[in-house]
Amino acid sequence: MSDLHDLIIVGSGPAGLTAAIYAARASLNPLVLEGEPSSTGDQPGGQLMLTTDVENYPGFPDGIMGPELMMNFRQQAERFGAKMETVKASKVDLSQRPFKVWVGDPEVPQPTYLARALIVSTGAKSIMLGLPNENRLIGHGVSTCATCDGFFFRDQEIAVVGGGDSAIEEATFLTKFASRVTIIHRRNELRASKIMQERAFANPKITFLWDSEVREIKGEDRLEGLVVENNKTNERSELAVSGLFVAIGHRPNTDLFVGQLEMKDNGYLVTDAPSSRTSVEGVFACGDVQDDVYRQAITAAGSGCTASIDAERWLEANEHGNS
Amino acid sequence: MSDKVSQITDATFDEVVNGSDEPVLVDFWAEWCGPCKMVAPILDEIAEEQDGKIKVMKLNVDENPNSSLKYRVQSIPTMLLFKDGEVAKTIIGAKSKANLIEELGL
Repeated sequence: MSDLHDLIIVGSGPAGLTAAIYAARASLNPLVLEGEPSSTGDQPGGQLMLTTDVENYPGFPDGIMGPELMMNFRQQAERFGAKMETVKASKVDLSQRPFKVWVGDPEVPQPTYLARALIVSTGAKSIMLGLPNENRLIGHGVSTCATCDGFFFRDQEIAVVGGGDSAIEEATFLTKFASRVTIIHRRNELRASKIMQERAFANPKITFLWDSEVREIKGEDRLEGLVVENNKTNERSELAVSGLFVAIGHRPNTDLFVGQLEMKDNGYLVTDAPSSRTSVEGVFACGDVQDDVYRQAITAAGSGCTASIDAERWLEANEHGNS
Repeated sequence: MSDKVSQITDATFDEVVNGSDEPVLVDFWAEWCGPCKMVAPILDEIAEEQDGKIKVMKLNVDENPNSSLKYRVQSIPTMLLFKDGEVAKTIIGAKSKANLIEELGL
């Protein structure tokens, strides 16, 4: 027999855990499938597990470390009885209710869990460059986690690719260790917030390579350098660096829901704003998985609250006491 | 932390790792590493469940820079499996329990 729950929350970043706090307080006994450990943003706690100081989350006047903030979210949800499972959903079937959710082998006929209502908060993960050698050199100069690995690049020259908030934040953080950080950006201006830009421009350890894209990642046992091309002049140059950090954007974690939930062309889930309703009744979405505009911890948390209240009201009207 | 898991240092590394009859898994970690925190309870479980088959040790890279240099650790968590004092397996990045057990051949 599959394990039947009123509410299952898939994902455990700020959105999923805020939904869990609200749902637990509403006595829905939510089960959170929090994901599996990894060194990417697709892990329990989500992308904030890879960040250092979070300075814009209200309520922390001195800032707070990303992992610590997420541990606090988790404890708060557990305090009200939310149940956490450190597993990843491997398949869902949303064609009938209760919804079916598999963990582990997706081929077994019997789903692991059944859910009367489902909240999807699987977030987004960073895009890599997709160049040869990139995967092979992860852990040998190529990093998916600046906070984890910056420490190992003391007095070395490194590169950060990207021009948004994450890229500039990583570059600024990495100057604590590195002797020089080169930001490689394909445009001639940054997309990052004003305050982050000003910090980067004022930092003597940061230099910029504008209108530039990485074409090659060089190195055998460890990263030795990059071939960078100026996209205006097509001129190629070599940049000797021992560290590479990529922050060029995100992709929503929606593979599980292809063909089942309505998505935009870029893969983000469609919700019936301002509600969190998806194209399937009883399934709600919150956080970065449905937000390709704001993508902040606080907007994710806010949408998690919305999803929880939507799910609670929907269960109240449709499901409670029926089965 | 499980009492089956012990902390080692630069000073005790060789003695503990080379002197072990069982394979030793050394987890290179630090306080400021989020993925390290998520993988720690899994390593505790593995140490408890595989007691007698494998020993799990933790090395704080912040306090013990020499071992990271020696084994060229540039990313944490990195988990090195030692058999007879030699690195038999390198696991880079946090992983699920099932993945770790598979990679460790347990």
